[in-house]
Amino acid sequence: MSAVQTLIDLLAERRDPASLGPGDWDGVIGIARAEAMLATLACHLEATDLPPHVAALFADQRAAAKVATAQAIWEAEMARRSLDPAGVEFVLLKGTAYAAAELSCAAGRQIGDLDILVPWHDIGRAENLALLDGWEWVKQDAYDDAYYRDHMHELPPLIHASRDRMIDVHHTILPRTHRVTPDALALVGDAIKTPGGFRVLNPADMVCHCAAHLIADGDLQGGLRNLWDFHCLTRDFSAADPGFWTVLGRRAAMHGLGAAVHRAARLARDIYGARLPADWDRHDPTDIWFRRRLLARDDWGRATHFALQQAFYIRSHWLRMPPVMLARHLWTKWRKR
Amino acid sequence: MKHSTRIAVGPVQFRIGSDWAGPIAALGHLYAGYPQDDTRSADATVRLFAARPWRRWLRPSVHIGGDFVVPDALPLPLSMGLLAAEMAMNLQVALGWRRHMLLHASAVARDGRALLMSGESGSGKSTLAALLGERDWRLMGDEFTLIDPASGDALAFPRAISLKNEAIAEVAARVDPARLGPLLAATPKGDIRHLIPRADAIACMHKPARPALLLFPRFGGDVAVERMGEGEAFVRLTEASTNYVALGEAGFAALTRLVRETPSFGISYPDSATGIALVEQLWAEAVK
Repeated sequence: MSAVQTLIDLLAERRDPASLGPGDWDGVIGIARAEAMLATLACHLEATDLPPHVAALFADQRAAAKVATAQAIWEAEMARRSLDPAGVEFVLLKGTAYAAAELSCAAGRQIGDLDILVPWHDIGRAENLALLDGWEWVKQDAYDDAYYRDHMHELPPLIHASRDRMIDVHHTILPRTHRVTPDALALVGDAIKTPGGFRVLNPADMVCHCAAHLIADGDLQGGLRNLWDFHCLTRDFSAADPGFWTVLGRRAAMHGLGAAVHRAARLARDIYGARLPADWDRHDPTDIWFRRRLLARDDWGRATHFALQQAFYIRSHWLRMPPVMLARHLWTKWRKR
Repeated sequence: MKHSTRIAVGPVQFRIGSDWAGPIAALGHLYAGYPQDDTRSADATVRLFAARPWRRWLRPSVHIGGDFVVPDALPLPLSMGLLAAEMAMNLQVALGWRRHMLLHASAVARDGRALLMSGESGSGKSTLAALLGERDWRLMGDEFTLIDPASGDALAFPRAISLKNEAIAEVAARVDPARLGPLLAATPKGDIRHLIPRADAIACMHKPARPALLLFPRFGGDVAVERMGEGEAFVRLTEASTNYVALGEAGFAALTRLVRETPSFGISYPDSATGIALVEQLWAEAVK
């Protein structure tokens, strides 16, 4: 059995870790690292009996993840101290939001940049406040800068001069030129507060964003982790609220993300064994390409299926912008090489 | 991958894969005397690979990768495959290890107590450690020293010592030629030749040692010894650590404890013999 299959079987609890032979762990650990899920796996298997060296490595990973999570929350606190006094309301997105809301997928989850969402009309003020408080533009050329500002769903990335941490200030969750335009005003307006006083998307919107990020934006790189987020979120939210899937369906349709959310749900079922209600439990023959792309890693953690990767890369650009613009963009990028 | 091997250095178990047989065979020679446990899972994966399939044979060039990849790392010609392997192993430990605080420092031990030497490339820390390791010191490592945040102890990472330029002749004259690797001439880091640590240093590589002396050597110039304050030692070591920030509070606590409990000196020395005499003198005072 391939190591990537073993990894998802362990996460889905289809396989007892005690059944792994000594030679099986290398591949599982290597792939989990490549997918930025090693600490997630370590947290998931915390209570199980593991070979001593695996247990020791996993304990390291859990401890390191705890520190990294605290650092990510601190970064959110820094943003709060910068934006709150001026009345710029922001919503935490992705990893930091999961950690702030203490959701189960936050256990061991790697958090890269701080992602926040502010209303479109506040984006200029948010940028100015960040610049005043020590964030600066990551050096890039004028074309990239203009590209971000004219077409993307976020400002050009900012990095903090002394803490060396990036912040992505979003005004919506998909590029402006994307075929789908979620209702950004509703995302901000219907956000909820965590016990710690941070704003996060409401459960249905959080799942919509997760699916948008996984399926509708990008080329599925790191997709296993995003799908794990989706799986944990939907499992926990539907356990707390029996009507969750219905609300999710309505909300996804409103954002134009029905297809993406349905696809993510089916993939979560196929890969992590998610249980779906009858009206979500569908089949689509094209899912097989997504499954293959998500599982495209060999036992050494290397990406495989080069052609499939390329196809998904092209698809991500195809979704992101209309053909003429795409042609012009690729032409400019090519000339700059 | 086509060729692979497993190596345990200190607490780190490596799995190393390669598109070519050469680097694996060279590692096999250097690490033959290290403990082997084939049932143990790897903590770090190293990959030596050709960026394009034809580059395995046509002007073969070795890219380094593994769990962590540095995007703009330059490839090395296959003749320097051993250096590529060494760099790749260092990279994985530097970026991935979390159990201990990692210091870019060499270390030797005597009577269960450790001397740590931190400095940039060219400071002579590796050469001093190699030479001391041939005397009545136990070599703990020429590149990395691990500090256990719980106990404050130093742990060994005794990889094959990387001798550079003039140090090659100086050390080679004193050791059994069977303990030397091939000469890698004119690499981006100069001439390099690896030295296999003594068998006793490898045999007790898991034994911790309490830090007793911290030196910041500088090779060249007149003899000088300067007592270093806790603050300066602290700041220098944060710069010498690859995972200080990632360890958070545990790293801060470990480092504060280290500089508070360990006397620190900056030393300058014109040649190795003088350097060794200085070290012995400072050590005698430190462990008095």
